[in-house]
Order: sequence, then structure tokens, then C-alpha cells
Amino acid sequence: MTGVPLIEVEDLRIDLDDGSRRVAAAEGISFRIDRGETFGLVGESGCGKSITALALIGLLRQPLSIGGGVIRFDGQEIQHLSAARQRDLRGNRIAMIFQEPMTALNPVSPVGRQIAEMFVLHKGKSWREANQLAVEALASVRVPAPERRVNDYPHQLSGGMRQRVMIAIALACGPDLLIADEPTTALDVTVQAEIIELMRNLCAERGTAILMISHDLGLVANVCRRVAVMYAGRIVEERGSADIFRAPSHPYTQGLVASLPRLGSRAALGRSRLKEIAGVVPAITSFPDGCRFNPRCTQATDICRTVAPTADFLEAGGLVRCHHHA
Amino acid sequence: MKLRANLIIGGALFALAILVGVLAPWLAHTDPVLDANLLNAEEPPSWTWWFGTDDQGRDIYSRVVYGARVSLTVGIVSQLINSVIGVALGLSAGYWGGWWDDVVNALTNVMLAIPSLIFALAIMAVLGPGLTSLLIALGLTNWSFTCRIARASALSLRSQGYVQAATVLGYGDLRIMITQLLPNMLGPIVVIGTLGMGSAVLSEAALSFLGLGVRPPFPSWGSMLSDARDQITTAPWLSVFPGLAIFLTVLGLNLLGDGLRDILDPQSRSRRT
Ligand SMILES: Nc1ncnc2c1ncn2[C@@H]1O[C@H](COP(=O)(O)OP(=O)(O)O)[C@@H](O)[C@H]1O
Ligand code: SF4
Ligand SMILES: [Mg+2]
Repeated sequence: MTGVPLIEVEDLRIDLDDGSRRVAAAEGISFRIDRGETFGLVGESGCGKSITALALIGLLRQPLSIGGGVIRFDGQEIQHLSAARQRDLRGNRIAMIFQEPMTALNPVSPVGRQIAEMFVLHKGKSWREANQLAVEALASVRVPAPERRVNDYPHQLSGGMRQRVMIAIALACGPDLLIADEPTTALDVTVQAEIIELMRNLCAERGTAILMISHDLGLVANVCRRVAVMYAGRIVEERGSADIFRAPSHPYTQGLVASLPRLGSRAALGRSRLKEIAGVVPAITSFPDGCRFNPRCTQATDICRTVAPTADFLEAGGLVRCHHHA
Repeated sequence: MKLRANLIIGGALFALAILVGVLAPWLAHTDPVLDANLLNAEEPPSWTWWFGTDDQGRDIYSRVVYGARVSLTVGIVSQLINSVIGVALGLSAGYWGGWWDDVVNALTNVMLAIPSLIFALAIMAVLGPGLTSLLIALGLTNWSFTCRIARASALSLRSQGYVQAATVLGYGDLRIMITQLLPNMLGPIVVIGTLGMGSAVLSEAALSFLGLGVRPPFPSWGSMLSDARDQITTAPWLSVFPGLAIFLTVLGLNLLGDGLRDILDPQSRSRRT
């Protein structure tokens, strides 16, 4: 697709103010997502995926703030929009679902009302119309007997059903972008696949782009056309999912791929353990010098410990940030 | 669920008081103000005069029945005003925090430091006696507990997933407070409100006793007690029946408040089991 990308992030920096000084919790974040495209953001817990998503929707709160860079949505810079203008975008043109379907719904309000509220809030519908639309929205996420289910309270629904309701709420206003932050982490494996499939189909039907955030590279690569891998506040590799899976370039990505259980290969490998990456993600205040992955990297050399690698743009598209990438 | 005795008894007493107030024109035997007849002055309780008569020959039973109207109006309306003020201040302070929270906290501390009846007295002194003044005075001086509870609830609720989710979905602050926070803190607010109604009934009696309440000759339980002061030994029925009415109404409201707390407040529920 040509023309203006739906969302374009350029050199975004997120500051953490720890009282005495500002440190970059994330920096040099750049990526673009076209209309209707599926884009993934992957990395271990604590790499900065969620704060990046919050920056996009203008919801970073103290001690976090945007420290620099540009976020363009539909051609318009949105990082400095007024609170009211940002609120108009949220839920209406950019929607988001969380990992906790158990707590993301108001326990004392019927789910139909919570869906209907979106139409009242963003589309100026009357409650009558909105309630009707809520039934349709619930039907569209394949909740059986939606005209009865709208009256149910969240505690009457299973985890999977609640996540369907969350998807119905998120997609109610026909957003251009759906951000899904670990949308299935809290669900059973069998339910996970259903929910992902549903989300993907609905967005494909409606031309909604997806920014899918997860620690699970397998899940993201399965859903998304392109994937960015994030480590310690930086994007270290970004490529088409098939490529990244087949031939990961960055040592961190290689580690993620190696730690994935592969269907069919388990028998061949016998009962051997999956290869975990040794060590943990460093805290923001103690990021190492040079390449931030160097304490955990098996391929690290002297230069890695002093000089931060810059992004190498690949001929086939995408980028890698490593001194010695494959 | 097992229904609790305090809930049933308290609810029944409160319902009875309301019923008496509403049905006063049908329950009363005589007009509480106009039917004075010196020939019947200071009759003790009998089959004709259930609660006796006063020194002007007015039927105490009828006056107690009508008095329920004043006591309950004051109790309910002034507590509603208190609840609205307390929730609006406490909820917004807890949700927004910052300087507004400091202002509300300071205000609440001042209110807690001054006994509310003294404060109400001062307001009544400015406004003069009468039902409206009573409603304003008692409605402005007893919101600090509600405010505290609302603030504490808002503080703990604002980090809940559904409040965050509402922010992400583009809800404005007011909408979040009304749809996400308020319904989830209603339990304790209702409990405090019920108990507050009881204390408003008592305050009305106290202020009327001091001659600052509803203007005579229209009856309120407090002003009836006040009138009966001098005859407490010669005609004790003049004080006993309005006193009993106050006692039963306040007792009912307190039992009801306790009973509601047991079913609405999960903390006290888990303490008991
Ligand atoms: N409100 C906050 N205050 C301070 N640090 C935070 C806050 N939110 C996130 N962080 C820190 O920012 C880093 C990235 O967090 P996050 O974006 O949630 O990671 P991810 O979603 O990739 O697991 C972590 O080190 C986390 O501790
Ligand atoms: S730059 Fe060096 S330390 Fe960093 S990933 Fe590449 S090889 Fe490893
Ligand atoms: Mg996260």
C-alpha cells in the first residue's frame, strides 16, 4: 500500500523521571504500520513494549513521559495534541485491549451497557440506538444469544467470553488501529487460539490494523506480517515474520527463536529442554554501556561493551542493531 | 443468604416510621395544631387519648404521628445533601489527587474538628429557625465521613483494571467517576448515609429542643420534648411518646445501617466469618 502510513513513529524516546534525574526507558523507537497491516512488537517482560503502546495513545503518566521524537497518526502529529483531542482518538480511532480480561470490565455494569457506552461516547448515539448496536457488536464477536448476554454482568462470563466482550468494546467504533497488549496471556491455551483467530478475522474484515504486543514470538509471528523485536528499550531487529523466524539476525532474536517449542520438532529433539536465554532484562537505571544485550550475548566482543550498535537497514527491508549480525 | 436480624428489625422500624409519616392524615385522630380544647387539657393516656393530651388539650398521638413528617424529612433530605457533597468532594479528591486533594483534605479536617451540631447551631443562628434552615444547616455539616470513605474508595479503585481500561477507551474524567468509580463504592456510602440519617434525626430533635427547629405550633418530636420540659413530673406522657418515637427511629436506622454494612461491605463480612 502506498501513501501515508496509518501510524509512523520516529525516534521516539520515553523518559523515566526517578526524582533526581531523567533516564531513557526507551529510545530510538521507530516503526510504521500501514492501514490494515498487522505489526508485532516482541520481547521479554520489562523490555518496554507496554510503555511504547501507552506513548502511542498519550497515556504515559508520571514518572514516565515522552522525551522526544514524533508520532504521526494518519499524517498528523499526535504526540503534543491536547488531552481532549487525544481522548477523541482513544477508543474511537485507536483502540486497545489488555491482558487482563478478568479485571478490565466494570463488575457492577452489564456488559451490554459497557459496549453501548462506546457508541454514546464517541458516536453521539442515543442509548436506545447504542443498546441495539451493542447486541450486534456482541453477535459479531460470536457470543451466543447476544440479546440475552447483553444483560449479563462480567462475573457471569468465562475468561474467554470476557475477552470477546473486550474485543467487541475495542472494535465498537470501527477503529483504524487495534493495539493488543498480551491479549491472551491470562487465558487457557485452547481459548487463546480462538481469541487470536477471532481478532485477526474481525480486523481483516474491517481493514483495522493491529499492533500486537507479546513476549511470545511464535504467537506474534503467526498473526503479524512484520515483527519488531525489542530489548531493553530499543528495537534490535525488525523484519518480515517469515524471515525473522527462518533466519533471525540479531543474537537476541536468535535466542528467542531457539527458546520456542516447535510443533513436530519436539519428538526429534527428544525430551531436551528448550534453550532459554541466560540472564535477565536489566532495569532501566542500570542499562549496560555499549550494546545493552552484551552481558547476555554469546557473541559479544570488546566493541559490544563500549559502543552502542546503530541500526543496519537490510536490503530485503527491515533493520538489525548489532555489530556482528548474521 | 441468611437475612440478619438487625437488617430486618432496623428495616421494619424505618419502614414503619416512613409509613406513619406518609399516612399521617389518615392515622391521626385529630388535627395536630387546630384541635386544641382546654376542656381536655392534660388528659393521661386512655382509650380516647392513646398518648394523652397536652396543656392545650391537643392529642399527643396525633402530634407524634405528624411529627414523623418533620423528623424524617430532615433526616432524609439533609443526609442526601451530605451524601452528595461528601461523594462529590471525596470522589474527585481521591481520583484527581494533587492540590485539589489537599484542599478537600484540609476542609474535611476542619469539619471533623468542629462538632457538627455546634456548626449547625451557628448556621441556624444566621439563617433563623424553620424547616428550610434546618435542612441547610444539617445538610452542610455532616459530610466529612462520607467524604473520607469516598476518597479512600476512589484512591483504591482508580488503579483497577476497568478504570484504566475506561481511560484507554477515551472516557473523560467525569464519565469515569460516575460510571466506573461511583457504582463500585456505593455500598459503604449507603451504610454511612443510613447511619447519618439517624444522627440527623437526633440533631433535629436537639435543635428543635433548643427552639431552633420547626416553628411551633407545628409538631416535631424535638419541639414536643422541648414543650414538655416543665411538665415532666406532672404529665410524663408528654415527653415519653415523642422520646420513644425518636428512640425507635434512630435505633431502626442504626440497625439498618449495621445490617447493610454486613451485606454490602466485604471487609466486615469476612471479619465475621
Ligand atoms: N509507572 C512506571 N514507573 C516506573 N517504571 C516503570 C513504569 N512502568 C513501567 N516501568 C518500567 O519500564 C520498563 C518497561 O516496562 P513495560 O513497558 O511494562 O515492559 P513490557 O511491557 O515490555 O513488559 C520496565 O523496566 C518497567 O519496570
Ligand atoms: S552488538 Fe554485540 S553484544 Fe550486542 S547483540 Fe550484537 S554481538 Fe551481541
Ligand atoms: Mg507489558
